[in-house]
Amino acid sequence: MPRRDDLTSVLVLGSGPIVIGQACEFDYSGTQACKVLKEEGLRVVLVNSNPATIMTDPELVDATYVEPLTVEAVTRVMEQEDVDAVLATLGGQTALNLAVDLHEAGVFERLGVEVLGANLEAIQTAEDRQRFKDAMAEIGLESPRSTHVHSVDGAMTAAEEYGYPVVLRPSFTLGGKGGGIAYGPDELRTMTAQGLHDSPVSRILVEESVLGWKEYELEVMRDVADNCVVICSIENVDPMGVHTGDSLTVAPAMTLSDPEYQEMRTASFAVLRRIGVETGGSNVQFAVDPATGRQVVIEMNPRVSRSSALASKATGFPIAKIAAKLAIGYTLDEIPNDITRETMAAFEPSIDYVVTKVPRFAFEKFRGTDDTLTTKMKSVGEVMAIGGTFRESVNKALRSLEDGRVGFGAQAPLDVDDDTLRDQLRRPTATRLRSVDEALTRGWSVDEVHDLTGIDPWFVDQFLQLVERRRELRGREHLQALDDELLRTAKGEGFSDDHLALLLSTTASAVRARRHDRGIRPVFKTVDTCAGEFAAHTPYHYSTYDLDDEVTESTRDTVMVLGSGPNRIGQGVEFDYCCVHAVQALGDAGYETIMVNCNPETVSTDYDTSDRLYFEPLTFEDVMEVIDREQPIGVVVAMGGQTPLKLARDLEAAGVTILGTSPDAIDAAEDRGRFGALMADLGVAMPEGGVAHSPDEARAIARGLSYPVLVRPSYVLGGRAMEIVDDDASLDTYLATALADDDLTSEGGLSILVDRFLEGAIEVDVDAVFDGTDLFVGGVLEHIEEAGVHSGDSACTLPPITLSRGTVARIGEITRGIADGLGVRGLVNIQFATRDDAIWCIEANPRASRTVPFVSKATGVPLAKVAARVMAGESLADLRAAGLVPAHDAISGPRPAHIAVKEAVLPFDRFPGVDALLGPEMRSTGEVMGIDTTFGAAFAKSQAGTGSMVLPSGGTVFVSVANRDKRSIVFPAKRLADLGFDLVATDGTADLLQRVGVEAGVVAKVSTGDTELLELVADGTITLILNTPSGPGTRDDGYQIRQAAIAAGVPVITTLSGILAAIQGVESIRTDGMRVTSLQQHLARMDEAPGPAAPVDAADSAGAGGSTPPAVDEVGVAG
Amino acid sequence: MLVLEDGTSFRGRAFGADGTAFGESVFNTAMSGYQEVLTDPSYRRQVVTMTAPQVGNYGMCDADAESDRIQVSGFVVTEAARRVSNHRATSTLRDDLAAAGVVGIEGIDTRAVTRALRDHGSMRSGVSTEVLDVDELLAQVRASPSMEGRDLTGEVTTAEAYDVDAVGEARFHVVVVDYGVKRRMLRLLAEMGCDVRVLPASATAEDVLAHQPDGVLVSNGPGDPAAVTQGRATVRGLLGEVPVFGICLGSQLLGLALGAETTKLAFGHHGVNQPVQRRRDGVVEISSHNHGFAVLADTLGDPAAEPHTWTTEDHGRVTVSHVNLNDDCVEGLACLDVPAFAVQYHPEASPGPHDSRYLFDDFAALMTDGRTPADTIVGSGTTAGA
Repeated sequence: MPRRDDLTSVLVLGSGPIVIGQACEFDYSGTQACKVLKEEGLRVVLVNSNPATIMTDPELVDATYVEPLTVEAVTRVMEQEDVDAVLATLGGQTALNLAVDLHEAGVFERLGVEVLGANLEAIQTAEDRQRFKDAMAEIGLESPRSTHVHSVDGAMTAAEEYGYPVVLRPSFTLGGKGGGIAYGPDELRTMTAQGLHDSPVSRILVEESVLGWKEYELEVMRDVADNCVVICSIENVDPMGVHTGDSLTVAPAMTLSDPEYQEMRTASFAVLRRIGVETGGSNVQFAVDPATGRQVVIEMNPRVSRSSALASKATGFPIAKIAAKLAIGYTLDEIPNDITRETMAAFEPSIDYVVTKVPRFAFEKFRGTDDTLTTKMKSVGEVMAIGGTFRESVNKALRSLEDGRVGFGAQAPLDVDDDTLRDQLRRPTATRLRSVDEALTRGWSVDEVHDLTGIDPWFVDQFLQLVERRRELRGREHLQALDDELLRTAKGEGFSDDHLALLLSTTASAVRARRHDRGIRPVFKTVDTCAGEFAAHTPYHYSTYDLDDEVTESTRDTVMVLGSGPNRIGQGVEFDYCCVHAVQALGDAGYETIMVNCNPETVSTDYDTSDRLYFEPLTFEDVMEVIDREQPIGVVVAMGGQTPLKLARDLEAAGVTILGTSPDAIDAAEDRGRFGALMADLGVAMPEGGVAHSPDEARAIARGLSYPVLVRPSYVLGGRAMEIVDDDASLDTYLATALADDDLTSEGGLSILVDRFLEGAIEVDVDAVFDGTDLFVGGVLEHIEEAGVHSGDSACTLPPITLSRGTVARIGEITRGIADGLGVRGLVNIQFATRDDAIWCIEANPRASRTVPFVSKATGVPLAKVAARVMAGESLADLRAAGLVPAHDAISGPRPAHIAVKEAVLPFDRFPGVDALLGPEMRSTGEVMGIDTTFGAAFAKSQAGTGSMVLPSGGTVFVSVANRDKRSIVFPAKRLADLGFDLVATDGTADLLQRVGVEAGVVAKVSTGDTELLELVADGTITLILNTPSGPGTRDDGYQIRQAAIAAGVPVITTLSGILAAIQGVESIRTDGMRVTSLQQHLARMDEAPGPAAPVDAADSAGAGGSTPPAVDEVGVAG
Repeated sequence: MLVLEDGTSFRGRAFGADGTAFGESVFNTAMSGYQEVLTDPSYRRQVVTMTAPQVGNYGMCDADAESDRIQVSGFVVTEAARRVSNHRATSTLRDDLAAAGVVGIEGIDTRAVTRALRDHGSMRSGVSTEVLDVDELLAQVRASPSMEGRDLTGEVTTAEAYDVDAVGEARFHVVVVDYGVKRRMLRLLAEMGCDVRVLPASATAEDVLAHQPDGVLVSNGPGDPAAVTQGRATVRGLLGEVPVFGICLGSQLLGLALGAETTKLAFGHHGVNQPVQRRRDGVVEISSHNHGFAVLADTLGDPAAEPHTWTTEDHGRVTVSHVNLNDDCVEGLACLDVPAFAVQYHPEASPGPHDSRYLFDDFAALMTDGRTPADTIVGSGTTAGA
């Protein structure tokens, strides 16, 4: 059937900020969908609050709304844009839930908007576990036995019937949030209470445990003519009980016989038909009892998912793109297969390699939380690797993780006794694979390891083969004694040069030299959807140690962009965004572009993004092999964050041309001494500090600086283990912890940076491009939280609100000085702190930063694209002449008519027990942008966009502030009262408020043992919490309140400047309601009405009333 | 060592039996179902390369064998499993190949083999654990017989006729002419209530009709259909006398019996992901394939009034009921004037998807009321997707 001709305008719902369980795979799918719909001549309207996405690039669709994904905002968009239909199956669970909400609010019906893909009935049947189970029973498919309960008692009764453990699954939550496994009645009680809360419908499914069963997923597509195909089968190496997002997974399924696989395939089609997925992609999960082969359906997602992104990358079949085409009426047999060109999308991919996905965790950032893996997803990113066998593939995947391991078993033996090891094998954790290795190394049998872990014996045997090979290699002792055959075999099993060097007591470069000397090199094969049956036209390659190489020669100059590897806290989708822009810009400049990356969630690893795609680990060895094969004229390392940057020196030493800023200049920015010298030359202040190699030295430096001081280990990234300490005692505690942590001590022992902490200063971020002559400042961002909160976790505003014109101009000058002094060619991000008129430079990073996408969205200047062209040798003047760069930058140009606020999104709800206070260690997973004409409105939108910090328009506010903040809270509290909020406070604060005539109820402190306050939070009476912590005692009190608030989803604001910003937000909501404006409209307005360049004078910020911007005071919005 | 007719050679490690074997090299892209492939009589005298990366993982299971032995002459994989894991496994790939005296090679760049076969077409080949000199083995390969013009049905058919009883109440009496029948077909017939009589490939139309069957299934089998002259004669004798359902070789024999010609495909269809469009409603079936030859539609006769339909010399009109979306190859024939239809692919699957099992129901319908699925083709008046 051809495309429907009754559609002219389609609304696409994005997935919002990156959170655990919902990452940039939905930017990948959404971007594909938007492109397809545009190509089909439809008017495409998009809503997505996440600025760090390719899909929100203004040129991609007709109207891009960077607005909160709420019923209110999206309704406004639909009213304004008069759309015919909405596509909600490509924006993850967020978009799907939003579609359900819009349906229930009657919006679709009122506006006559059709829901494409899966209808509401289908979504609800798939999401509601009881309805799903009933539907499965109707079509004769088995599910685990289960009951829905609305109370803790109900759960207890059910568990007694099935026997422990039981699985808990709250209805309508994403990534399995609030779910888990209860092994006994006590656990069941607390987990049920939490789960009932997390479920928007206060309902939870208690289910018979299929723990330890084999777990499979099928990625299925269906078209309007009822053609169904399986795109990919995925087998979870971690058995049932671990969320698939946290499992090591493999494609294709490795241990299912054909009759079993076909039974599953047939069942998956029956599921799609019964649920009513009319068109598009779905994911169906099965559990298989290894003893009997009994198959049960676990769940299905009537939308594209993380697994479908993985399946697309694993097979080369673009599920989201095809899903978008199916949604507008095409059938599978009408859509060509891009890769083969001569065949159609109506087929099932066959793959002739093994794909392994490994999750990346961040438990080190959330100390105090249980690291057992459960049905609730906890990983923050993932890598994928492709190899000729599982062994090659898993080894490549493990070294792609960048967690210091260079392959399976490349670590010191575990110093634990057998009983402990047995416990470690029983309990799934982020590090269990290490215990598997240890057990096999100790000679435990495959069956024993299988019994303890539930990992299928076939996989355990694959690991055993690696252990045996390692033993054989180690037996050679020297590289000289290693014969070519064994070397080739080891390389074929994915042993990295680094790993071989460890085993043979030599260096990786010696191993590499030996390999090259003997011609032991990888070949590059093609991901082609069809196992070689048809010729492929898409150069999507992976390396493997085999015979036949398929890379074709380039006819043009090629440029390579190195990606950013797995998403992790501190290095997320923002860097992929920059890489994609670099590829696009260099493509526009006429180069053939090559992308190297290992993250399956990303747009950069879409074979459509670059001319050539290499799905490879970002290690020196793997990247160099690609470079040797492709011979690019230059390599871009500055777009993908630290991952490629740390390869720069070795690549240059190997004779590779690094485009843009030189490795030496990168080093000059990172080296404290060299950078300090430059600052001294420029006459720019830096926070004083020093490097300590012993606790005594650290104490001496700290006393010299006077407390508080900022301490952190050298050479550790992302603000890891960074703390502010107030006195000798807390410094000692910090040092004791740091010394005990292997990860934090470098080879040479302790090395701690101790810096003066700039209390009360405002932090400022600058993103700029320098070409050697000209500087273009993309944006000056003012942080809302004070210095001391990691820049990645703080909200910020563009343009700055409280900085004086003089300060901004001075920051511009310093930026030029630093860029010139370092020798930057391309992007540079500089962090400043300012207090009164003083300016300190905190650090400079001559590379793409986390804020580049936000700046680009807020200003309409694609900074990363500009930088990429500069890196390739063009000047800003050239680019300006070509119309790619505007005449004025953020400093010289007019003040825009809109204000953009970026807010961080934090995953505290995933890690119970971790305090939700912000600090110098970054913990946010993503960001949202609020954009409007006033700061208050933009801030309110940014909070609404987070989903967890949504500002209330009424209700009761709980106020409890530290003594030093008591004076400052008076006006904000009064303003809230005037706006109609009820106030409650602990007696000290209440007393103060009553004295100044603000009515406030009194509640007892939690530390008195009275739980009234916690109950008011839990039952939703309290809709906003203003809580600035002071001493340790209140910290405990505050801790309990914050835990309760997170559990109940009530916003907590822990800094005064955050409170002030929030009040402006609340006011704006009360007075103006929600206005929506597309980026295109904002940017057009900017072109039309250039006003004078006039940053607000700093003096304006002195007051503390409702209309005041954030004050220069203690700051920090907990998110 | 594996040597292809064009001189390309691959060295690997032997697994299975020692020895030297020759056959036509083909590749199969199924990711599961190696046992069904190994035991499918249609793979007789072929050296099969599996594109799937690791093979043998779930072992071998007696219940999944498609015949009483391993049929391939050689088996080529990237890696054969060392450890087998599946509750159904009764033995291992390595052991079964060794026991059957079949040479297996692992450690081969199977994608390179596949690309060679894709670009040059199927080739004669040799696998050996004894002759390790390329030129020597190549000379032997070139001296081995080609698949074209070979009738191999005699090697795989049953020696004696035998019966398979219906499961439950018998609704039909069916004769299967065994040119290398897969067990799954017999099992499916039995499960749909057929008392089955299996006759050897030598059976004539008279032999078949002597059993007074409600219908006849003309089975799959190896070799060049054009060389199976007895089969062609048998099917010709059955047309119009009794409902006929052909599968794979059976489909080619139907075509030949109708007067058409068959042709050798460049590298054939061997896999479980082939999209076949059912012309009567445009639905796409993902289907299991194993054929190196195909019927040439244009040789069926003169074009008839209906789309994709030809008028044969002796048996009225025949329509191309199914077509391959990848290469437009004929995948199904349905006679409009006599009760007979056939498909070139494998509705019984094993291995492969079960999308096409409805064809057995069509056979039942044909036997019940003589209604051929072709009625549906014409009646619906659509040629969707064509």
